[in-house]
Amino acid sequence: MGQTLPILSLLIWAPILGGLFILYIGDRQKQAVKLFSLAVSVLVFLSSTLLYLRFDTSTYLMQFVEHAVWIETFGINYHLGVDGISVPLILLTTFTTVLVIIAGWEVIETRLSQYMASFLILEGLMNGVFASLDAILFYFFWEAMLIPMFLIIGVWGGPRRVYATIKFFLYTFLGSVFMLVALLYLYSKMGSFYILDLHMLPLSLTAQKWLFIAFLLAFAVKVPMWPVHTWLPDAHVEAPTGGSVVLAAILLKMGGYGFLRFSLPIAPDASAALAGFMIVLSLIAIVYIGFVALVQQDMKKLIAYSSVSHMGFVTLGFFVVFFIMGPARSIPAGSIDSVVMGLEGGMMQMISHGFISAALFLCVGVMYDRIHSREIADYGGVANTMPVFASFLMLFAMANAGLPGTSGFVGEFLVILSSFQANIWIAVLAATTLILGAAYTLWMYKRVIFGEVANERVAGLEDISLREASFLSLLAIAVLLLGIWPAPLFEIMDATINHLVEHISQPKTG
Amino acid sequence: MSITAEIVFLVPELALLILACLILVCDAFSTDPGKLLTYRLAQFSLVAVLLLVVYLYPDDAVSVFHQHFISDPLSAVLKVTICAVSIIVFSYSYDYFEERDTLQGEYFVLGLFAVLGMLIMASAYSMLTVYLGLELMSLSLYAMVAMHKGSGTASEAAIKYFVLGALASGILLYGISILYGASGTLVLPELAAHVSARTETDVLLVFGLVFVVVGIAFKLGAVPFHMWIPDVYEGSPTAVTLFLATAPKVAAFAMAVRLLVDGMEPLHIDWQGMLIILSVLSMAAGNIIAISQTNIKRMLAYSTIAHAGFLILGILPGMRLDVGYGYAGALFYVIVYAIMSLGAFGVVILLGRKDHESDRLEDFKGLAERSPWFAFIMLLLMFSLAGVPPFAGFWAKWFVIKEVVAIGHIWLAASAVIFSVIGAYYYLRIVKLMYFDQPEHMTEIKASRQMRMALSLNGLALLILGFIPGKLMDICTSVLGF
Repeated sequence: MGQTLPILSLLIWAPILGGLFILYIGDRQKQAVKLFSLAVSVLVFLSSTLLYLRFDTSTYLMQFVEHAVWIETFGINYHLGVDGISVPLILLTTFTTVLVIIAGWEVIETRLSQYMASFLILEGLMNGVFASLDAILFYFFWEAMLIPMFLIIGVWGGPRRVYATIKFFLYTFLGSVFMLVALLYLYSKMGSFYILDLHMLPLSLTAQKWLFIAFLLAFAVKVPMWPVHTWLPDAHVEAPTGGSVVLAAILLKMGGYGFLRFSLPIAPDASAALAGFMIVLSLIAIVYIGFVALVQQDMKKLIAYSSVSHMGFVTLGFFVVFFIMGPARSIPAGSIDSVVMGLEGGMMQMISHGFISAALFLCVGVMYDRIHSREIADYGGVANTMPVFASFLMLFAMANAGLPGTSGFVGEFLVILSSFQANIWIAVLAATTLILGAAYTLWMYKRVIFGEVANERVAGLEDISLREASFLSLLAIAVLLLGIWPAPLFEIMDATINHLVEHISQPKTG
Repeated sequence: MSITAEIVFLVPELALLILACLILVCDAFSTDPGKLLTYRLAQFSLVAVLLLVVYLYPDDAVSVFHQHFISDPLSAVLKVTICAVSIIVFSYSYDYFEERDTLQGEYFVLGLFAVLGMLIMASAYSMLTVYLGLELMSLSLYAMVAMHKGSGTASEAAIKYFVLGALASGILLYGISILYGASGTLVLPELAAHVSARTETDVLLVFGLVFVVVGIAFKLGAVPFHMWIPDVYEGSPTAVTLFLATAPKVAAFAMAVRLLVDGMEPLHIDWQGMLIILSVLSMAAGNIIAISQTNIKRMLAYSTIAHAGFLILGILPGMRLDVGYGYAGALFYVIVYAIMSLGAFGVVILLGRKDHESDRLEDFKGLAERSPWFAFIMLLLMFSLAGVPPFAGFWAKWFVIKEVVAIGHIWLAASAVIFSVIGAYYYLRIVKLMYFDQPEHMTEIKASRQMRMALSLNGLALLILGFIPGKLMDICTSVLGF
C-alpha cells in the first residue's frame, strides 16, 4: 500500500483524545464544546472514508495493518487491520457518531461536555473493536466500551435509568467474561492472541462446542438473540436518544461482527453442528418478537423489539449457510452463491438496520423533545402539524418494513432467498417478517401520524428545524442509496466473505 | 559465609529497626502536638529502606543464617511494594489524624514495626522466621487498631482482632510444630527435600499442612476464616483500616508463597485442593454479602474477602512453570490490589471530616457534582476493582485467570469470572450513587494539597498500568526466573 498515515489508530485515538480534551474544557463554554465535538466527529468520519476509498476490494487479506508490541511476555500486540467485514461497520460507526452529536446539540442541558465526551470516547472504542486483530486488544475495547455507555444511560436517561443501565452492564459483562476464558483457553493451546492464528488452530469437536458456547454467550447478549434480549427494551427506552441510536446502530452489530470474526472461523465444525439450534433461536426472534413488537404502547419499546426481530435475520443469514452446505460441508455446485448470499445478506442487514433503527430512534427523539412522551396513545394526527417530519418518518417506516428500494429490503431479501436453498419452511417463517414488520411499523405510523389531531399538545407542534432535517436527510440518503445501489457495499465484502466461506467449509478437527 | 558477609543481606531490616527505635525516642521527647517531625522521620525511614532494598536488589537467591533468611528477587519485589504502599498509607493517615486532632506518634512507630515484620515475612526461609515476622506484624497491628481509645467500636474491633488473630497464630504454630516433628527441620527447602524424598504418603505431613493452610487463610481473610475482617475494618479508624487492607495482604501473600510453594511444593496436590475450596468460597461469600452492605468500609471489607479468593486462585499454579508463569499472576494481582485498595480507602478518608466519618454509602451521593475530579478517581477505582478494562484491575484478573486456565482448571476460571460479574454490581452501585444521584449536601471537600495530589496519582496509576502493564508483569515473571 505504501501509505504511512496510521488511519486506524487515528480513528481510534482522535475521538478519545478529543473527548478527554472536552472533559478538560468542561461546561464553561458550551458552544465551543459543541463545535469542537462536531468538528472531531466530522473529521473522524472524513478520515474513515479514506478507508473506503483506499480499500483494495480484490483481496481478503487484512489491510491498513498496524503492528506494535504491547505486552511482549505474552505476545499481546497492538495489532490493527481491517477487511471487508470491518470497513462497513467502521464507516457506520463514524457516520452515526456525527448524527448523535448533532442530535444532542440543543437537547442536552445538563453536563453537556460529559455527554459529548462520552460519545466521542465511545466512538473511538467501537472503532477499536472493529479494527483489532489481537484478541486481547479486541476484548480490551469490547469491555471498555461498557463504561461510557453505562454512564450515558445512567446520567441522561429516563426515569428507570438506573435499573436499565445496571441491567445492561451486568448482562453484557456476564456474556463477555466467558469469551475471555475462551480466549485464554485458545491461548493455552496456541500460544498466540493473533485472531487469524486462532482461525487456523485445529480443535476437537467437543472443544469447539464449548468455545462456541462461550463466544455465543458474549455475542448473543450483544445481538441480542432471544432469550437474552430482555436488557435491550429497557436500555433503549431509558437511554437518551443518542444512546439509543448508538446502541441500536452499532453496539448490536458487535454481536454479529463477533460471529463472523470469532465463532464461525474458530469453531466451524461446532457452528455447523449447532446451526439448527441457532436457526431456531433466530426464527423465534423473528416471529415471536415480531408479535411482541405489535402490542407495544411505547414507541421506543416497539422499535427495540423490532431491532431484536431484525437482528434475528442477521443470525439466520449467518447460520443458514451451514444448512445449505449440508453435513458434509461440501459446497454443492452452483450453490456457492447462495452460501455467500446468506452471509452477505446478514452483513447487509446489519448495516441497513444500523441506518434505519438510528433514523427511527431519532424520529422518536424529535417527537419526545417536543411533547415529552413516547406513548403512542399521546399522539395522533402529527401529519397535520409536522408534514415534513411525517414524510421522513414515512420513508423510515417503509424501510423498516422492508420496502423494495430501501436498504431494509436488500438484506432481508437475500437472507430469505438463501434460506430457500436450505429449507423452505425456514424461508416461510422468515418471510412472515415482511408481514409482521409491515404490520407493527405501519400500524404505529398510522396511529401516530394520521387521523385527527389527537390533543392540544399535538396541535401545538412545530415542524422539524433545519438541524433536525439535516440529520434525518443524511439518513434518508443513506437508506435510499443502499436500497437502490447496494453494489459498492457488496464489492467491499465480497473477497472477505468468499474467503470466509472457503474457510468454514473445511473441517478443523484433527 | 562469615557473619559480617551475611549481615549485608539484612541491612534494610536492621536499618528499619534502628530508625524505628530512634523515632520512638524522638517522639517521646518531641513537644510538637502536630507530630510533624515524627511523621517526617517515619516517611524518611521508609524511603531510606525502600532505596536500600532497590540498591541491594539481588540477581539470584542467596540464603543466609543457616538458611533461615533468604534474599531473592521475590523478597525484593515484595519489600519494595510493602514500603511504597506504607509510604502512601502514612501520608493519607497523617491527613486523617490531623483533621481529627488525634495524631499520636505511636501510630507511625507501630506502623514501622509492622512494616519490619512484613519485611521479615517476605524474606523468611524457615518456618520460625515466618512466625517471627508474622507475630511482629500482628502485634503491632493489634495495637494500632486499639489506638482510638475513646471509641467503643475500635476497642471491640481490637479485641476481636486480637483474640481471633492469636487463635490463628496458634493454629499456624501448631501446624509448624507438626511439620517439624514429621520432618525434623524448620528450614523450608529442607522440608521440601524431605517431603519429596518420602516414598509413600505421610499422613502427619498432610495433617500439619492443614493447620498451616488455615493460618494462611486467616491472615489472607479467606472464607471460612474471614469473620474478623468486616468488624475490624468497620471498627478501626479509617487510617488503620487503610493500612490493614493493603501492606499486610502483601505480607500474607509472601507467607503463603514461602510456606506452600517453597516449603511444600511436593505436596502440591494436597494444598491445591484446599486452596480451590477456600478461593471459591471466598469469591462467592465475599461478592454476595458485599451487595447488602450499607457502610462503605464494610463493603470494601467483603470486597477484600472476594479479592483474597482471587489471590488464592493465583497461588494455585505454584511452580508449574512448564505451562505458564506459576504464581506470578498472584504476585501481580496482590500489587495491583494494594494500589486499588489504597485508593478506595483513600477516597473514604478524603470525604470524611472531623464530625462526620462519611463511611456510609449515601455519603457518596452526587459526588460527581460536588467534586467531579475525585468522583472520576473513585469511578476509576471502582471499575478497576470490578476488573473492567482499561484499568489495571482487569490485567490482574486476566493474569490470574490465564494461569488457572494454563494448568487446566477451566471450570475454576469460569466460576471465578461469574463471581466477578456478581461483584461488579456493588462497585457499579457506588458509581451510580456518585453519578446518577443528586447530592444531599454540597459540603466542600477539604483535604490537604498533598493528599489530593497523592490520591490523584494513586487513581491515575491504575489507568496508566491499564495501558502499559507489561513492565510490571515482566517484574513479576522475572521473580520466577523468566
